[in-house]
Amino acid sequence: MRTAGIDIGSITAKAAIVEDGGILGTKIIFTGYNAEAAGVKVYEDLLSESGMDTSSIAKIVSTGYGRNSVKFADKTFTEIMAHAAGAYLLNPKIRTIIDIGGQDSKAIALDEKGKVRNFVMNDKCAAGTGRFLEVMARALEVNLDEFGAMSLQSKLPSKISSLCTVFAESEVISLIARGEKRPDIIAGIHESIAARVSSMIARVGVAEPVMITGGVARNAGVVDALERKLGVKIAVSSYAQVNGAIGAAVLASTL
Amino acid sequence: MSETNLEKDKRKIKSEKKMRDIMTAYYIDAKTARQNNKKVAWITSGGPVEPLIAMDIIPVYPENHGAMIGASKMGVDLCEKAETMGYSNDLCSYARSDISCATVNGGPIGGLPEPDMLVCCNNICGTVLKWYEVQARYFNVPLFIFDTPFCHTEYTKEAKRYVERQINEYILFLENICGRKMDQDHMKEVGKTSFEGQKLWQEVLDTAINKPSPLTAFDAFFHLALIVTLRGTQQTIDYYRGLLGEMKERVQAGIGAIPQEKYRLLWDNLPIWYRMKWLSQKFAEHNACLVADTYTSAWCGSMKYIDDSKFLDSMAEAYSRIYLNIGVDEMAKMVIEMIDKYDVDGFVLHSNRSCKPYSFGQLDIQRIVEKERGIPCLMIEADMVDERSFSESQISTRIDAFMEIIKERKTPYRGREAKG
Repeated sequence: MRTAGIDIGSITAKAAIVEDGGILGTKIIFTGYNAEAAGVKVYEDLLSESGMDTSSIAKIVSTGYGRNSVKFADKTFTEIMAHAAGAYLLNPKIRTIIDIGGQDSKAIALDEKGKVRNFVMNDKCAAGTGRFLEVMARALEVNLDEFGAMSLQSKLPSKISSLCTVFAESEVISLIARGEKRPDIIAGIHESIAARVSSMIARVGVAEPVMITGGVARNAGVVDALERKLGVKIAVSSYAQVNGAIGAAVLASTL
Repeated sequence: MSETNLEKDKRKIKSEKKMRDIMTAYYIDAKTARQNNKKVAWITSGGPVEPLIAMDIIPVYPENHGAMIGASKMGVDLCEKAETMGYSNDLCSYARSDISCATVNGGPIGGLPEPDMLVCCNNICGTVLKWYEVQARYFNVPLFIFDTPFCHTEYTKEAKRYVERQINEYILFLENICGRKMDQDHMKEVGKTSFEGQKLWQEVLDTAINKPSPLTAFDAFFHLALIVTLRGTQQTIDYYRGLLGEMKERVQAGIGAIPQEKYRLLWDNLPIWYRMKWLSQKFAEHNACLVADTYTSAWCGSMKYIDDSKFLDSMAEAYSRIYLNIGVDEMAKMVIEMIDKYDVDGFVLHSNRSCKPYSFGQLDIQRIVEKERGIPCLMIEADMVDERSFSESQISTRIDAFMEIIKERKTPYRGREAKG
């Protein structure tokens, strides 16, 4: 059975098509201000790029913060379930998922069958999420895609102590003024995210193997800082950012 | 899910109207107290109210008022007003809205009647001490502080002597203000009436043991008002007798509080007053009924310490050992008893930004529950009155994910199959 999953996040909208455990295609676009339109567009784009027709898709599941604005979905699931299902498809041994998206960060504990045992989400604060990194990239005038590689050059990460995104931004600006090197500041930012996220992960417990999903998984610096903070290896799939959409497609096949 | 109006009507609790009438009459009495030569005392929700009733003083509860402010969504304005006055936004939203409301006579009932005295019992929190001192200065009235030592595990001999002595001082305080002696026989009657009211309230809550449950915690939050404000009066007994009768009829007729009860949940902490409807609908959509809560049962949770023939002395212990004045292990024990008693499938904890003593040990209680009973637990971060601390899409996702986990574990009614 061929199924589709749509994951509408706060920054990007993702779509995936799955058939019999194989991933046929994925697509990422910016969500913009209209979540409903983004859902339609990402799905249509993926279909046309993969040369498929709507009629070949048996079921559609939507997930993510904009899940209810996908009117053509057969059912909605939360991103917690979707990420669990996606991780299980990519590696059924995974026991802990760290998902860091645009405005949410969460830790999901899985049992041996890949079912969700427990989860925690960040409080009403965007520190430790993708939006936090975007703000910092702007302050540092560095392309966010270069963040990971640049921070890995640092020998002495700067210290960022503010928990609040706005205050952390002014802290970063004063570090720039003080002449600290950009790689060090970026490494410091990654460590502050790792510190914040790992105290949340500790609440569900860190069982290995651990996988990171969500857009922030693309940032090797955050992954490195998290690995050091938690003392575990973290698996990064090339599908990390679309894992929620893949999981939604997997869930659609169970409908 | 779509219900006909007839079904909705069947499901509606009929006693509600009577309750509204009683509360309206109560506030009219309190607001016209001066004209009728009666005195008004403001008192904390966990405070010993029975001596006030025995002295014919009208008790008024700023916390009940806070709940009304929250439910009528007037909390943000009043909290902001308090912040303008210089109070920190980390302070309890009941305290903030009460302090600012007193200066503008705002809120849903145009402010509380002015007090002749204040009675502050710190068994519920430490904030009330400063809050009542502020109000005592503002209204320039005497304040009685009833200090209940924290009972980590036990109620010591020293604590017993200390609290019992304060009861004598408390009565003297009231006698001085009223200029007359307390009628001891009347006090005994009030004690019996209070105890009877608490027993009835517990019986009402216990009807939720039935499947489907005839009431939800959201109903309990509403019907709670009398056991808080009019504890020790005959009116309370009469009302809860009626309500209990109605609940029993519903059980007989198989009328549940929600259209389809498949999952049963326990709630912890104060209600989110401005989102009661949204939350009850949200859970009902998942066929989940919040059958019980740790909050409304706090007004009958320490009955085991009361001896109604020696009410005043035993009251000292009962007021000292309420849910918020005991150690986390003791609290967890009570939560687990409730989980078993009401046979629930999940535990929802409201981490309430306002209420520090209620929220502080929640993570430990959650861990203990997960370990002892293995049921899914959900923590919701919000505030009882201040809507600025409520994030709808975040909370919605958390509830949906929590219900997905509960549904995945499939077996509605955990205990049913085990019992055969």
